[in-house]
Amino acid sequence: MARFNSIPWWRTRRTQDVAFQVLLLVGVVALVAILATNAMATIQRQNIATGFGFLNNTAGFDIIQTLIPYNETSTYGRVLLVGVLNTLLVASIGIVFATLLGFVIGIGQLSGNWLVARLCRAYIEVLRNTPLLLQLFFWYFAVLRALPGPRESWGVADVAFLNNRGLYLPGPHAEAGFGLVLLALAAGAIGAIWMAARAKRIREATGRITPVFPLALALIVVPPAVASAVAGFPLSFSWPALTGLNFEGGTVVLPELMALVVALATYTASFIGEIVRAGIQGVARGQMEASQAMGLTRGQTLRLVIVPQAMRQIIPPLTSQYLNLTKNSSLAVAIAYPDLVSVFAGTSLSQTGQAIEIIAITMAVYLTLSLLTSAFMNWYNARVALTER
Amino acid sequence: MRLLFAALSAFLVAIAPALAAGSPTLDRVKKNGYLRCGVNEGLPGFASPDSKGNWTGMDVDFCRAVAAAIFNDPKKVRFTPTSAKVRFTVLQSGEVDLLSRNTTWTMSRDTQLGLEFVGVIYYDGQGFMVPKKLKVTSAKQLNGANVCTNTGTTTELNLADYFRSNGLKYKVIAFEKNAEVLAAYDAGRCDAYTTDASGLYAERLKLKNANDHIILPEIISKEPLGPLVNQGDQQWGDLIRWTLFAQLNAEELGVTSKNVDQMLKSANPEVRRLLGVEGAFGESIGLTKDWVVRIVKGAGNYGEIFERNVGQGSPLKIKRGQNALWNKGGLHYAPPVR
Repeated sequence: MARFNSIPWWRTRRTQDVAFQVLLLVGVVALVAILATNAMATIQRQNIATGFGFLNNTAGFDIIQTLIPYNETSTYGRVLLVGVLNTLLVASIGIVFATLLGFVIGIGQLSGNWLVARLCRAYIEVLRNTPLLLQLFFWYFAVLRALPGPRESWGVADVAFLNNRGLYLPGPHAEAGFGLVLLALAAGAIGAIWMAARAKRIREATGRITPVFPLALALIVVPPAVASAVAGFPLSFSWPALTGLNFEGGTVVLPELMALVVALATYTASFIGEIVRAGIQGVARGQMEASQAMGLTRGQTLRLVIVPQAMRQIIPPLTSQYLNLTKNSSLAVAIAYPDLVSVFAGTSLSQTGQAIEIIAITMAVYLTLSLLTSAFMNWYNARVALTER
Repeated sequence: MRLLFAALSAFLVAIAPALAAGSPTLDRVKKNGYLRCGVNEGLPGFASPDSKGNWTGMDVDFCRAVAAAIFNDPKKVRFTPTSAKVRFTVLQSGEVDLLSRNTTWTMSRDTQLGLEFVGVIYYDGQGFMVPKKLKVTSAKQLNGANVCTNTGTTTELNLADYFRSNGLKYKVIAFEKNAEVLAAYDAGRCDAYTTDASGLYAERLKLKNANDHIILPEIISKEPLGPLVNQGDQQWGDLIRWTLFAQLNAEELGVTSKNVDQMLKSANPEVRRLLGVEGAFGESIGLTKDWVVRIVKGAGNYGEIFERNVGQGSPLKIKRGQNALWNKGGLHYAPPVR
């Protein structure tokens, strides 16, 4: 077959497209290479220490909140781990509260009650339009100023104490046989999930609604209770007590953690509230009218018809809010919460002076957290996506 | 052949600045027309801006002394406020020519950061401030205390060492900025505030009732504070070092900003060498021979700077103590100009 186009190969659209992309790629690689060589040359010229060997050196400073054993003789590698866990802690608690509050605010905006709708609207406008750092300082110093000193603590039955050093609670310690209780709890939870799945199957097959909640609750509570009785209550507590200047024993929730969670949750909830409102309003009005015509109650309409459809529009922007909350948790350093940025990219950086390595590791950690969060949310999104039948 | 010649001359032109003796940093400063100086964001007595944006303090005055030595004008300085965390990076990256920011001279900082300490401008040590109502009179009584400080400094390490070696328990709450450390201490978040003693005196002034707080007698560390420059420009390092020594020598020889003109007629050979009446020592560090006259006129001798900013002429009222000259019971001992 004769070729109609007499354009030579180097002038075809395809060749040119590829050529430009190759050129761009070469340009980007060259730029990165130049920057890297320049940085290496400067570091060498100025005798700055390099490499990741510092991770095995002794850190020599203390951290106020550690989820894993840590002391002054631990290494910088351990500091990194402590920081990551502290960041994960504040981010995960923050995400739970932000989601709950966000849904309440979002649905509240659509309430028929004038006052509730306006209050939710005002909440969003105020929280969304002021800087997060300012809110963080507000909550931190509001919390600190409102609470009494350790010697004037507010106590509940000599078991829990609240003062400006934190919320002191009895600290649980697992004794021998505690594994049995956990096993029973896991078995009960699996049973409860199976029951819920069965109820859903029955509903989809026959339209009959079977009550699940009471039995599921019993399944979660009763087996661990029986197991712990059998094992002789294998859980002991250490009690907080005022010794000297401060409380000792028990576990403590730091005011920094409280302030950070409150600030992140309330701030992010204002964005989530808007996403939820938009999601619900995106569901066709006919859906609500149809479900009411079928005799579903208002609650059932919301739970079974509106929210599942709204979720499809809510999940993708909700994911980016979760990512924002995680990244915003790095403001922790301003109020002395020992997160990754504070202990690793802060104290460790200034002790070792290895800015490039430490900042690279810190960025890699945040990138990993973000990618994992989006991967999970994408999976969940695929699950709730419209399934054509 | 002609091409080769052209290439050769181009090469010579290119390397000429590197061959010429001198300091690239000094050349850059002269070209800019001002000195770029990294200072504290706000520490009364060392570096703090007033409501009009004028900087004052010992560290600030040292920058002015260097500017006076170079330009004969102590005002030719641009100050860059730096936090404890970023100060070294700011200097390493060349954003400032000189870091004069109450920074402790330690071995790791001197050897691993590519930086060079040029001397000690203030002998400090870490201390504790506590509210009087706590009824604590010694740091040894701070068992179980919550201690506030700021991140990115040697204080966190000294604190850990002190409590560990004394078998005491403690919790450290480390903020990024001084303002938050003080606010948290004031709000009762912690029992004690720790930083360099000079800093405690300065921060105490900012509290509503400064008299309700005491600074404990224990000094738990050696904190020789000094200015830093980047490694690799020996002459620039010499210029900064000898500016400091010139101020100390001027105090030792009784040369002040008020009497410097009369001192030019002094018969004392040491004074004559210092002020450039005999010899031309300033020229060896890229300056003119009247460099010390400029420094002392522009910024004063060491004693004047001390008293004006942190001593009896200031609200801090810190005594000379270790910061007196060697012949008055202190630690400052400058090598002679000769």
